Amino acid sequence: MISLAGRDILHSWRKFLLTGIGLGLLIGVTFSMAGVYRGMVDDAQALLSNSGADLWVVQQGTQGPYAESSSLRDDLVHGIEGMPGVALAANVTYFNMQVRRGDSEVRAMVVGIEPGKPGSPSHLVAGRPLSRSHYEALADVRTGFALGDRIRLRRHDYEVVGLTRRMVSSGGDPMVFIPLKDAQQAQFLKDNDAIVNERARSAANPAFNRPGVPGLLEAVVASQTSSHQVNAVLVQVREGFAPAQVAEPIRRWKHLQVYDRAGMEEILVAKLIATSAKQIGMFLVILSIVSAAIVAFIIYTMTMGKIREIAVLKLIGTRNSTIASMILQQALGLGLIGFFVGKLAATLWAPIFPKYVLLLPRDALTGLGVVLLICALASTLAIRIAIKVDPAEAIGG
Amino acid sequence: MTVSAPLKRRFLLVGSVVLLVLLFLFVLLRTGPLAPVQVTVAEVRSGRFTPELFGIGTLEARRHWMLGPTSPGRVLTVKVDVGDRVQAGQLLAEMDPVDLDQRLQALDASIARASSAQAAAAAQQADVQARRELAAANLRRNQELAQQNFISAGALEARSQELASAAAALESARATAQAAAQDWLRAKAERAALQQQRANARLIAPADAVVSAREAEPGSTVVAGQAVLRLIDPASLWARVRLDQGRSAGLVSGLPARLLLRSHPHEPVPARVARVEWLSDSVTEERIAQLSLDQAPPGLSVGEMLEASIGLPEIADSLLLPAASLQRQGGATGVWRLQGGRLAFAPVQVGATSLDGQVQILAGLESGDRVVVYSQQPLSADSRIKVVDQLVRPAGAARTGP
Repeated sequence: MISLAGRDILHSWRKFLLTGIGLGLLIGVTFSMAGVYRGMVDDAQALLSNSGADLWVVQQGTQGPYAESSSLRDDLVHGIEGMPGVALAANVTYFNMQVRRGDSEVRAMVVGIEPGKPGSPSHLVAGRPLSRSHYEALADVRTGFALGDRIRLRRHDYEVVGLTRRMVSSGGDPMVFIPLKDAQQAQFLKDNDAIVNERARSAANPAFNRPGVPGLLEAVVASQTSSHQVNAVLVQVREGFAPAQVAEPIRRWKHLQVYDRAGMEEILVAKLIATSAKQIGMFLVILSIVSAAIVAFIIYTMTMGKIREIAVLKLIGTRNSTIASMILQQALGLGLIGFFVGKLAATLWAPIFPKYVLLLPRDALTGLGVVLLICALASTLAIRIAIKVDPAEAIGG
Repeated sequence: MTVSAPLKRRFLLVGSVVLLVLLFLFVLLRTGPLAPVQVTVAEVRSGRFTPELFGIGTLEARRHWMLGPTSPGRVLTVKVDVGDRVQAGQLLAEMDPVDLDQRLQALDASIARASSAQAAAAAQQADVQARRELAAANLRRNQELAQQNFISAGALEARSQELASAAAALESARATAQAAAQDWLRAKAERAALQQQRANARLIAPADAVVSAREAEPGSTVVAGQAVLRLIDPASLWARVRLDQGRSAGLVSGLPARLLLRSHPHEPVPARVARVEWLSDSVTEERIAQLSLDQAPPGLSVGEMLEASIGLPEIADSLLLPAASLQRQGGATGVWRLQGGRLAFAPVQVGATSLDGQVQILAGLESGDRVVVYSQQPLSADSRIKVVDQLVRPAGAARTGP
C-alpha cells in the first residue's frame, strides 16, 4: 500500500519543510517562554542551593533577607551556634548595587560572606577562594569581570580573585562576594560628604558637644560610623537533626524568625516572583493558543490547496478514513518537524538571553505531547472540509 | 544510471529529517541539563610554601602627648602651630595665670616684711642681752656688797629679780627672732609653691616632637586634662594592625611583614611585628598587633589605612592543592578525586592556607592524586564529567591591570 500522505508531501516537500520550520520557530518562542519561567524559578532555587544553608535566621516578623529587609546584630550568630543541632552558622549580608565596570555598569547583588562558611560559593570556575579578610572579591562570570580586575564598591577597591557561575540573586542579578566586614562597612557606609556633614551636625548639637565633657563628641561620632548589622544568619544543621527541630528553639528562645528550605522556597517562588510568573504564564497561554490557531490555519490552507485532488480521490472511490488519515499524518508530521526545529532553536538561542533560560527535558516532552495534540485537533477542521468535498468538483469548475 | 526524481526527493526529505533529529540529539546532549559537567583537574603535588597572615590597620605614633593644663583655665598664648618641630623644654603655650603674678608680688612683700621683722627681733634680742648683762653685773656687785653687809638682803633680792627678768626677756626675744625666721621661711616656701604653679601654667615640650594638633586658641577656656596641643614623635610611627581572629594562628612578635599604605598601594614597606597585644577585640573578633617599620618612607600620615601581610615560617615539604578544590559535603571537608574517570568524594584534613590560594593537605590524599578544582556545577558522585583545561577564557591581553 502506498502512503498517500508521504506521496503528497513528496510532491511539495519544499513547501512542507519550510512550513514546518516556520512553525518550529514559533514553537521555539513558546519553549523559550517556558524556559524563561523555569529560569526564574531556577534562579530562586540556585540562590537557596548556593547558600548551602538548611535554615535562614532573620529578624523577627520579617520574611527576609531576600523578599524583605531584615537586620540583625552580628553577635547573635554566637548564640545561634550554641543552640542544639546547629553544625555551622554564619552571618551574611545582601545588598543590590550598580557596580561600575569600565565605562558601563552592571547590576549585581553584593554578598558579604565569612569564607568557608555557609553563604560562600561552593564551587568556582576560576581563581581561588577568598584568603584575605579584606578587599578581595569573588564575582560571577555574568558580571563580566575577569580575574585580577578591580571592583570599586563605595571607597574601597576589591580585587577579583575567583569567578563563580550561576550565583545569582532571586532577580537573576549576578552576585559579587566580598568579606563580611567589608560588606557591613560598604552597606552602611555613607559617602564622605555625608560623614563630614553628620560630624558637623553632631558638633552643633549641644547635647553631644558639652564644654565640660571633652571626648564626648568624638565618642558620639565614632559610634555613628561603625556598623555591626547583618541581614541574616545561615545555619547548617548537624547530621541527625531535622531542620524543623533545630528551628523551633531558635524561634522560641532567640525571638528570631527562622525559615527552612521549603519555607524560603515558598517565599521566593510563591511570593517574590509570583507576579512575574503569572505574567509569563499568561503570555505562554496566549502563545499556545496563537500557535494552535496558526497550525490549524496552515493545515486548513494546505487542505484547501488540494481540494481538487481530494475530489479526484473521492471520485476514484477512496474511503473518507483514508483521506482523513492522510491529513492527520501530514498535520502530525508538520508538528514533529516543528517540535524538533523549535526545541533546537530554543536550545541554540537560550544562552544569548540576558537572564537564565532553563529548558527542561520534561518540559520538552510535555511540549511534544501538546504540539501533537494541537496538530491533531487542528487537522479535524481540515478533515471535515475534505470529507464534505463533493466528488463532482473534480470534473466541474 | 539515473535516480528517478521522486526517489531523489524522498532521499532529500528523509535525509534532512534525519539530519534534523541528529542535530537535535547532539544539541540536547551538549547543552542544558543532560550535558556533562565540565571540570578542570589538578594533581596533588608536594612542595614547600610560606603561609601568610593578612590584616588591615592604621598608622599610629607609638609616642604621643596631649599637652594641657592640670587645672581649668584660659589659654593665654599658643606659640606653635601644627607641623612645627619642637625641642624638649621649649615653651609651647601658656595658660592665663590670672592673679598668680600679683600673689607672687604679695608674697615678695611678705618675705621682705618677714626679713624686717627678723631684723627687729635681732635688735630687740641684742637690747635684752645687754640689759641681762647689766643686770648680771649689778647682781655680782651687790652680792659682794651684801657679803660686807653694806646693803640689805632686800636690795640684793631686787637685783636677782632684775637678772631673772632680763633672762626671761632674752628668752622671749630669742623666741620672737625664731618666729620671725620661720615666718620668713614660710613666706619663701609659699612663694616657691606659687612659682611652681606659675610655671605649671606654661606648657613645655616634654621631648623632641612634632605638633600634630592645636586644639585650643588663645582666649578659649579649657578644663583640667583637656588638650591644648597634641604632639607626636615622628620617629616612633608604627602600624596598628587588626587580624581576623580565625586567621591569626601563629602570630608572634618578630615575624617579618610587608605593609601597603593606601597612599602608595604599589610600594611595599618592610616591617616587623613589634608587639602582639594580649587583649583582642571581642566585638570585631580581631587580634591586634603592632608592626614597626624598618625604615619609614617620607610623607606618612598618622591614621592612614594600610594592609599588612605577615609572613609565617616556611612549611617544609608537604602536599599542596589549590584551595578552590575544597568542598563541603555533609559536614566534612574534602575534594572530588578522579578514580578511573569516576568521581569519589575524599575527605581531607587541611593545614595552613597561603594567601595565593594554596592549601596544605595533612591527610586524606597522596601525591599524584588527581582532584577536581573547578566545576561548572555542583558535583555529585554520579555526575557525568568532561575534563577541560579551563572553564573561563582568561582576560584578554589588551586588559592592563593596575
